Amino acid sequence: MKQLAELTEVFRSKNAGPFLLTVDMVFAETSGYEAVKRSGVLNRETVAERYRVDAQQVQIHYVDGIRTVKVTLPRPGAASGAPGDRDVYGAQQHGPLLDLEIPDEPPPRSESKSQNNTEKRRNL
Amino acid sequence: MSELKLLALNGFLGYGYELESLKAGLEAGAEMIGADAGSTDAGPFYLGSGRQLVKTAQVERDFSHALQAARGRGIPLVIGSAGTAGGEPHLHSLLEVVRRSAERQHQHFKLAFIHAEIELELVLRALEEKRIEPMPGVPPLTAQEVRQTTRIVGQMGSEPFIRAFKAGAEVIIAGRACDASVFAALPIMQGYDAGLALHLAKVIECGALCARPPSAGDSMLGTIRDDHFTVRALNPLRRVSPESVASHSLYEQPDPNRFEEPEGSLDLSGAEYETAPDGSVRVSGSRFLPRSGGITIKLEGARLEGYRSVTVAGVRDFKVLAHLEEIEAETRGMVERNLTDEMVREGYRLLFRYYGCNAVLGENEPLSERHGHEAGVLIEAIASTQEAADTVLALARSSFLHCSFPGRSTTAGNLAFPFSPSDLSAGQVYSFSIYHLLHGADQQRLFPIEYEQI
Repeated sequence: MKQLAELTEVFRSKNAGPFLLTVDMVFAETSGYEAVKRSGVLNRETVAERYRVDAQQVQIHYVDGIRTVKVTLPRPGAASGAPGDRDVYGAQQHGPLLDLEIPDEPPPRSESKSQNNTEKRRNL
Repeated sequence: MSELKLLALNGFLGYGYELESLKAGLEAGAEMIGADAGSTDAGPFYLGSGRQLVKTAQVERDFSHALQAARGRGIPLVIGSAGTAGGEPHLHSLLEVVRRSAERQHQHFKLAFIHAEIELELVLRALEEKRIEPMPGVPPLTAQEVRQTTRIVGQMGSEPFIRAFKAGAEVIIAGRACDASVFAALPIMQGYDAGLALHLAKVIECGALCARPPSAGDSMLGTIRDDHFTVRALNPLRRVSPESVASHSLYEQPDPNRFEEPEGSLDLSGAEYETAPDGSVRVSGSRFLPRSGGITIKLEGARLEGYRSVTVAGVRDFKVLAHLEEIEAETRGMVERNLTDEMVREGYRLLFRYYGCNAVLGENEPLSERHGHEAGVLIEAIASTQEAADTVLALARSSFLHCSFPGRSTTAGNLAFPFSPSDLSAGQVYSFSIYHLLHGADQQRLFPIEYEQI
């Protein structure tokens, strides 16, 4: 078991406009990236639960060539800079995902469904 | 094979850049100098108030060297999203810098400035015609919200820039613009592939943020050709790699493969990145998909929410740390009981943030039970006037300071204030009241251009 934070060399959050937050994880090794993709642990429900947002509005994108996972979600709390906001740039909002536990061993090949968690939702 | 070389000064006009990098770009044959001067990153205050994130002296430094370089070579200089938010006060603030720099350098050129502020009436009409759509995560717009909005701008696409180029403009200063339009307009006008032009523009509009080590305060050179483009850092201390360029393409974007622009979508799912023999990164396969339903413009609007007053203090006593919730509740009660009825009716907001506990993540903080030996307390009041906000804050500050709780031993005060006076009047508070798409837009009408012979 490793935590997401241990597998990544870039782990950042940032506004994607004032109403969305996007979390980029660039993995240090292809093996770590593949382990996360295969495990399915990082899914819309987990993200929704940790940020208290609607799972239907969470997007998870896997970008194979650059070992990157992008998670986009409605901004938790207030919009950027509105009364009650805690992080105008959204640059310190990745905390709730840092300790997500990723299993080391891939499940047997027959059970692996790597496509299941490759969710792509188009914007607009 | 034809080619066009574009120099991106930096990621934000006023952030600074290395003069050596600018010089290297000119020597490499740059045919246009561009920079983005705006963003919604820093929140709604700048759009609402008409003020800027960077200081005029910073903007003047960055602009004047670029003007000298561009005029010296006879190449166009293009700045988008003037003055942080690209509204009228922002545009005029940058125009003052342009005229001052030109006068000092004895430069003469045809200046185009493109307006981007949108009238409330136009948005109200579009709302009635059902041509307004919320961006993801944004509630639908109402006429009342439009009327409460202080200022609205639209993000222009490439068309207004192309109009200005065709009219012979040598320096173009635009109000709010899509970051990519600043750099994509010239190649699109010259007939280069729009997908490549927009992708190249997206990579270089943040300056050297796509290089390693990354920096928004340094310059990049992009070269577009018929079937690909290349990018390279102009500072020899920085390098680009296929990974650094590909990673940057998805920065601050909700979807890594698809980007919406006024004129259509940019599809990067087939983009390929490779290292070219000269150390630059070569990109191909980016595709532009024109929008069938006409032009879609993103609108941004800010509304005044009130005035803010804040105080910041520290807590070092473990009993106070253990009772923050009770102290806060008691403080709220004391404030309400001690304000005049009129002030309570007028309404106010009182917010508490505990740095060292959960100030950054709020209720999503997974470690909220783990307290350190001290914590920072930020108390914030928002009310309809500065005087009212100051009053609410002053009452909250004294109530928190002297609040009793079970087992209290710090009877002299619960807070350590670093300053006298402890309370800061922080001025206007805005929120983004509009972040919506306007469909079926006419860019010629929304973004009029004025010309001036300098």
